[in-house]
Amino acid sequence: MYTLFKVELFKIFKRQRTYLSFIGIGAFIIIIQLGLKVDGKELIEFVLGDLSNSFQFNGKMLNGYFVCFVLLQSLLVHVPLLIALISGDLISGEANMGTLRLLLSKPISRTEFVLAKFSAATVYTLLLLVWVAFLSLFISMFIFGTDDMFLLKNDYAVQIAENDVFWRYIGAFFFAGIAMTTVAALAFFLSQFSENSLGPIVATMLIIIILTIFSTMSIPIFNRIKPFMFTTHMVAWKEFFDVKVDAENINIKGSIQHFEKIIHSALILLIHIVAFVSLTIFTIRKKDILS
Amino acid sequence: MNEIIIVEKLYKTFGKIEAVNDLSFTVNKGDVYGFLGQNGAGKSTTIRMLLTLVAPTNGSIKIFGKSLIHNRKNILSDIGAMIERPDLYEYLSAYNNLKIFAQLSGIRVTEKILLEQLEVVGLKNRAKDKVKTFSQGMKQRLGIAIALVHNPSLIILDEPTNGLDPQGIADIRNLIISLSRDLKKTVLISSHLLNEIEQVATRILIIDKGKKIIEGTTKELLNPEKTIVKIETNDIKNAYQLLLNSAWQQHLQPLNANYISLVINQNDIPMLNKKLVELNIEVFSLQHRNNLEDYFLKITN
Repeated sequence: MYTLFKVELFKIFKRQRTYLSFIGIGAFIIIIQLGLKVDGKELIEFVLGDLSNSFQFNGKMLNGYFVCFVLLQSLLVHVPLLIALISGDLISGEANMGTLRLLLSKPISRTEFVLAKFSAATVYTLLLLVWVAFLSLFISMFIFGTDDMFLLKNDYAVQIAENDVFWRYIGAFFFAGIAMTTVAALAFFLSQFSENSLGPIVATMLIIIILTIFSTMSIPIFNRIKPFMFTTHMVAWKEFFDVKVDAENINIKGSIQHFEKIIHSALILLIHIVAFVSLTIFTIRKKDILS
Repeated sequence: MNEIIIVEKLYKTFGKIEAVNDLSFTVNKGDVYGFLGQNGAGKSTTIRMLLTLVAPTNGSIKIFGKSLIHNRKNILSDIGAMIERPDLYEYLSAYNNLKIFAQLSGIRVTEKILLEQLEVVGLKNRAKDKVKTFSQGMKQRLGIAIALVHNPSLIILDEPTNGLDPQGIADIRNLIISLSRDLKKTVLISSHLLNEIEQVATRILIIDKGKKIIEGTTKELLNPEKTIVKIETNDIKNAYQLLLNSAWQQHLQPLNANYISLVINQNDIPMLNKKLVELNIEVFSLQHRNNLEDYFLKITN
């Protein structure tokens, strides 16, 4: 299986479209960073609104940690498309090119075939996230410097000490890795039903968009299925940026307000990954290759 | 072990369509086994079942004396195949395509082995070029290289001459003959081009609508006692009349506007030629027609 895994990685990184994702994300992040560098103060004033009349903020609010949070909020909505672009093509693309029958007539089992391809898709997904982390966190830290991180939640504000932020990003990116791998697993699962790449990519995005809408709507019937939808749990990375407070309402350094939520969400996502990959193995093993 | 492939009572249905119906055949070691049938006869489905791409509805397949279902990986590692078009990774070079499939065939890949294989099919000087720049014939040759790179005992070629020019067809034909004669490989070749099969196959199986019609050696099927000879002359009517008044009368077929045809023993062709000269008939051409094609059309219609 290791040979097949290496071959799959080789094929992924020999395609130009693979690098389009990296270039696209790079361009997006750099443009936002430059925009914030030039006009960031206005954004901060907009975010704070009336709060600036009742609170006094010392230090640099527009710092690398804050910018990274802003970037991640918007990026983690769009990164699934880039992941679906590669994962959705992994089986359908082979069927479309006609190489699927040549591959499956080689001495490799279909289970190995699925696992090797999915492993390669996971590597791509994680590399894309490392790239996002490098640009959005490290480059933002370099451009904007570091300071305490201030975030506004629905009904309260959180201020995290400068030396208590970095590890939270490591945790958030680790969690995002699980969330994005779930997207890869879904696109990969759908990939086997089509002989062109567009179908699985569009279907993946449609599913994510529809489930995200269900996740955000407060309709009783949807509330019952919300806990089981992976889209509900994909945003749990934000929980890393909510801190416990003591009796005097002082932040407890190194704490997470709802750590159990993160674990619960990660488990739900992992269950989805295992389910999608297992279903792919099950159907591929039974499939007649007629392409 | 003489029997390389043993297929017994093989069935495959897709919904209500019976693609393969009670098909049994045996391919022996060293055979160039021609698998003939019209489009949609069930050739490709059978080949896909031999390569485990399609699961049989019923029946058994043994290759190298072992059950294909229970020894899949082991058996496939000693088979080289090209199924219909040689579909390849167009964005990769010929070298990288060959390297990928050689690795997946389980052999230890070296640059020397790959370049040697590319040289065999005449693509060494295009090794680094992307496949998307290749003609159909070059892709076909690369497909053959992929099928042969791991030195398999059994080679399965499904319509290997599709889309090739005459020179390409001749090259593939010579390669198949060489694989069998010089390298002692067993080759199963499917085609609807009877002329091609006739020139390379030692044994032939004809199927129609998923069923076996006949199986036998090429000699058995191409009965030399009933060879159709076609004669083209400058005056067909006069020549026909002269032959009608000779001992060849009983072999004559009804008069055709463009040529005269007779059904004779292949050994009698020189005598016929001599008679034509004696009768002062000016002959433009004398050729025996592809008997297999006539035979095939007769039994499949």
